[in-house]
Amino acid sequence: MHKRVVITGAGVIGPIGKTASENWENAKSGKSGIRRMTIVDPENFTSQIAGEVKDFDPLDYLDRKIAKRTDRYTQFAMIAAREAYNESGIENNIDPTRLGVIIGSGIGGITTLEREHKVALERGVSRINPFFCPMMISNIAAGRVGIDVGAKGLNLSTVTACASSGHAIAIAVDMIRLGRVDAILAGGSEAPLTLTGVGGFCQLKALSTRNDDPQTASRPFDRDRDGFVLSEGGAVIMLEELDHAVKRGATIIAEVTGSGMTCDAFHITAPAENGEGSARAMKLAMQDSGIEPEDIGYINAHGTSTLLNDINETEAIKTALGIKNAMRIAVSSTKSVTGHMLGAAGAVEAIFTAFALRDGVLPPTATLQNPDEGCDLDYIPGKARKADIMYALSNSLGFGGHNVTIALKKYSGE
Amino acid sequence: MSLESRVTEIIIDKLGVKPEQVTVEAQFDTDLGADSIDQYELIMGFEDAFGLRIDEDEATKLTTVGKVIEYLRAKDLDQ
Repeated sequence: MHKRVVITGAGVIGPIGKTASENWENAKSGKSGIRRMTIVDPENFTSQIAGEVKDFDPLDYLDRKIAKRTDRYTQFAMIAAREAYNESGIENNIDPTRLGVIIGSGIGGITTLEREHKVALERGVSRINPFFCPMMISNIAAGRVGIDVGAKGLNLSTVTACASSGHAIAIAVDMIRLGRVDAILAGGSEAPLTLTGVGGFCQLKALSTRNDDPQTASRPFDRDRDGFVLSEGGAVIMLEELDHAVKRGATIIAEVTGSGMTCDAFHITAPAENGEGSARAMKLAMQDSGIEPEDIGYINAHGTSTLLNDINETEAIKTALGIKNAMRIAVSSTKSVTGHMLGAAGAVEAIFTAFALRDGVLPPTATLQNPDEGCDLDYIPGKARKADIMYALSNSLGFGGHNVTIALKKYSGE
Repeated sequence: MSLESRVTEIIIDKLGVKPEQVTVEAQFDTDLGADSIDQYELIMGFEDAFGLRIDEDEATKLTTVGKVIEYLRAKDLDQ
């Protein structure tokens, strides 16, 4: 019997709130965080809407010197990690060399990259900011979080596009099971709202162009969906070995019982036919947890609101859980209100799934009005639902064919 | 604005220190907590603000606030 791993703290900063609990309240009530872009001029983009962190001033959280020397993506990671760390109450209750950090990002410091590239072109390479490299690299968020909380155990980052923070959690759970460390701050962050960040996704034709109706633009599983909405933010959880958490009297949010990780090995951006890779990830996560499809009560879908994702993920759920269970299980996409936070998406959705198990409330697919043909599961349209369930899954799929599923269990003190 | 106040302003901005810390005797490393990259960024800040280039040999000698002021004054800058 391997070690068990539980969540003892959560932190989120994103389009629907600046704390984990504010995010959870708005996810449940279906309050959208999408609006017309403000931090980059949207005029020339086909998609002019985004999920921005509203009224964000890094100086509300970080001292001036650190704020100046960190990319926006790193700031989100530090803020979310700090919340999870503080909430967990682990400070002074763990050997710092036994506390790790795994923070993923799909892109990294693209704001910094763009700014300094412009400096280099306009004023010459000798004017590049000396802090450019340690600000831009996609592992620096993990490094900064390590410094901030004094975590001296294993420290690394995962880069698998929109599955980055799903992988961060999956790998962190395995590291704790193996006894490498006792606890890990795991999650991800993203700040992609820049000229090339938004422009690049527009050129892929991946984004919604419902510019006249931002709040319903992200509509997973709907017949009128037309792409995802780009968002930013950070989400981090404290994962801790169960005995370690119990011994110090920690408040346990939920248990992470296992994960499944696969690759489509099929196409760089499109999912494999019928979500074959994603289906295998869900099966592996159930196997890893020692559970059957009958045990699952809820799935937080990747549900991006793109044509291909939602139909293939629906098929994948049917394949992995069997048609009977698939039709019974409640499935929702909280991207309906958050938009797609890319490298932060897996962690924010794992947090919503953990809170759903703890509180017995399933968050809705808030914007779903007319389910598409072939999208025939119970997607919890419109309103949250009370449901006391034992096990749930959270899916994350990334460009490159990366699939990861996290399995979570309600924690009832045993 | 005097040369001294402009130098002080740049140091406060780049190093995030308090105005009262920026004395003439203050050492960038020990008193103002600047590591080598901080100091390089600071030199670039002076270069941009005063429109000059400071070569590396000279830059390594500018270890205190006073030395920077002295160096810039000797350059007989117009601004």
